[in-house]
Amino acid sequence: MTSSVVVTGLGVASPNGLGIQDYWAATVGGKSGIGRITRFDPSSYPAKLAGEVPGFVAEDLLPSRLLPQTDRVTRLALVAADWALADAGITPAELPEFDMGVVTASAAGGFEFGQGELQALWSKGSQYVSAYQSFAWFYAVNSGQISIRNGMKGPSGVVVSDQAGGLDAVAQARRQIRKGTSLIVSGAIDASVCPWGWVAQLASDRLSTSEEPTRAYLPFDREAAGYVPGEGGAILIMEDAEAARARGARIYGEVSGYGSTIDPKAGSGRPPGLRKAIELALADAGVAPGDVDVVFADAAADPELDRQEAEALNAVFGTRGVAVTAPKTMTGRLYSGAAPLDLAAAFLAIKDGVIPPTVHIDPAAEYDLDLVLGEPRTAEVRTALVVARGYGGFNSAVVVRAAA
Amino acid sequence: MATTFTLEDLKRILLEAAGADEGVDLDGDILDTEFEVLGYESLALLETGGRIEREYGISLDDDALTDATTPRALIDVVNAQLSSASAA
Repeated sequence: MTSSVVVTGLGVASPNGLGIQDYWAATVGGKSGIGRITRFDPSSYPAKLAGEVPGFVAEDLLPSRLLPQTDRVTRLALVAADWALADAGITPAELPEFDMGVVTASAAGGFEFGQGELQALWSKGSQYVSAYQSFAWFYAVNSGQISIRNGMKGPSGVVVSDQAGGLDAVAQARRQIRKGTSLIVSGAIDASVCPWGWVAQLASDRLSTSEEPTRAYLPFDREAAGYVPGEGGAILIMEDAEAARARGARIYGEVSGYGSTIDPKAGSGRPPGLRKAIELALADAGVAPGDVDVVFADAAADPELDRQEAEALNAVFGTRGVAVTAPKTMTGRLYSGAAPLDLAAAFLAIKDGVIPPTVHIDPAAEYDLDLVLGEPRTAEVRTALVVARGYGGFNSAVVVRAAA
Repeated sequence: MATTFTLEDLKRILLEAAGADEGVDLDGDILDTEFEVLGYESLALLETGGRIEREYGISLDDDALTDATTPRALIDVVNAQLSSASAA
């Protein structure tokens, strides 16, 4: 019998709310955080909207020692980790350092920091490049800094698989806990709303060029024409269930199942891998499709990708067979941060008996999904599925359940 | 061009380069306190050394920088470079 792995703490930095209370109130209330970019002047770029995390003042939340060596993405991750640990009632200094690890995901690393150092290099010379550039840009930097700040020396790492990475990291954290580490800090934060990061994102050709915040990111809508990127995500405290119960922890729920696939090469004639990833996750959790109360969709807002997702969901759950929602319509797509934020929403939906809505969209009838639209839906939620797809063909799915 | 490098100069550059550890008082008697005890690891000192080089127009030897484990030792290294630069 493999041991059960549970989530006991959440730390959230979302474009529609900083901190778990603000985020959840905004999300249930249908409040969007998408707007014109303020972190740089976007007027010369084809895409001008983003979901930016509001009101984050790193200087008030982190020691001065960490500021010269961290990008915004790492500052958000460190603070979210602090909040998640506090939410879980964990004081890391009181626990054995090798019993705690950190596994996060990243799609970009510290782009804004890196941009500044590259500008210094080319405009002034190599002696003007910060020594901290050696790691501040790097994908693994959030895991490393969380580990150092909290004295966590157990198994640690980073997963890079675009938007699917947030679930892949949680799966890796679950493996490490099953191998004997009692606590892993997981989840992900991504943030690269800066010119260099923006051009890298534009290269995918999947960004929406609409300038109207309520019309720019419309998954499952006939007018779907790309997505709005955002910054942020969620950090999760994951623990061995028995250890968590032994210390009397409040338990949000269990990470019950995981599945991941890679799409076949284009033109191969084989079907996309999303359905299989969902089926693998359900089988791993030991739950039937009919047991799932809500699906947090990937919601690519690309007509072909939306069709594939709708087909996969209808194939597994039956036509309009399960409630589907995409609260990321309020935040934009957060890359690695998106799925951990959806996991946080799933646990809060379980806790409060309410499914947050999908906003702004008028769903195309042919997708035949039971989308939760405009208003939150009251429902007993015991089991939820979170789906995430990454650029390059990554498909991942995680099943979470209410604590037994 | 400044010709002497003081503890005040070092403290200012340390703060810009790497901030200050909570619980460390840089205004205390730190001249002979090891950088490690003050909370500055090798990378923080590398960044500090780089900023001193830029500001004072000197070049600090890597070994000299590594061997200077206290503020007094680092200040001496910098001043030795400054005086040899002005003598040259």
